[in-house]
Amino acid sequence: MWTWFHKLGSPPHLYRLAGKLAPWLLWIAIVLIAVGTYGGLVLAPPDYQQGDGFRIIYVHAPSAWMSMSIYTVMATASAIGLIWRMKLAFAVAAASAPVGASFTFLALVTGAIWGQPMWGTWWVWDARLTSELILLFVYFGYMGLRAAFSEVQKADRASAVLAIVGVVNLPIIHYSVVWWNTLHQVSTVTKLDNPSISMDMLWPLLVMIVGFNLFYIAILATRVRSEVLGRERNARWVGEALDDLLPENRVTA
Amino acid sequence: MTEFLEMGGYAKYVWSAFGLTLVVLVANIVVAQQQFRSVRTRLAQRWANQQQSPDL
Repeated sequence: MWTWFHKLGSPPHLYRLAGKLAPWLLWIAIVLIAVGTYGGLVLAPPDYQQGDGFRIIYVHAPSAWMSMSIYTVMATASAIGLIWRMKLAFAVAAASAPVGASFTFLALVTGAIWGQPMWGTWWVWDARLTSELILLFVYFGYMGLRAAFSEVQKADRASAVLAIVGVVNLPIIHYSVVWWNTLHQVSTVTKLDNPSISMDMLWPLLVMIVGFNLFYIAILATRVRSEVLGRERNARWVGEALDDLLPENRVTA
Repeated sequence: MTEFLEMGGYAKYVWSAFGLTLVVLVANIVVAQQQFRSVRTRLAQRWANQQQSPDL
């Protein structure tokens, strides 16, 4: 266990492992998302209130879920980076931000597309929607702050503080539908013991959520590889990792 | 089939939501892989240049 953990902390090992896993994860994710989409669009029965319009849940809820879970990964990795000075944790945090921002954007826009026919409006300034919009701005702030530093160590530390402070927004998003009156419906899935959704509607949603999670990990793997290469650019192993691109393979040790 | 595409009158909402999701997912793949390729090319260039100057 510890040797495994130790190896994961070694940049060349992580680089190779991520390179091996990324295509597999991506393909499994694509299959799961395809199955979930088929289940959600074709197999699941129409909702008794929302008809076929409810099917937007199959892309909206997983995106919203990812927007928050990726943020949790980002903030946790940032904290680990600050506390234990782990450079790879910072790389994970930095690589997560653009993916998280894209899912937050997707959650907001698919939510608006869902809101228009169901609530009669694309947008309301209520707690759920506003706090999710703030999440998008926090992601942008995180990426903007990183881009403002030319030195990666300084960018790591400053952006980590921002990511950790931004965690206060997560419970607000999650409990907003309970704490405040809102147009947004309450959660359908998080009460698995007593779900308010029938099994033939639920399973495609769960498949989608697993698929989206694997998708994130696959993209993260590729992005972490780029991060690690850039951060370790002077290390000997990077020269070896770039062997195939170098003229006459002069780096072969 | 037409009935399926009509989505009970919600066609434009359902299909635009799923279409946009597809676009965002594909963009994530393309951007991540392009970034990886460009980082590799840039760093390989750097290594090649360094090897020409033996003082390094």
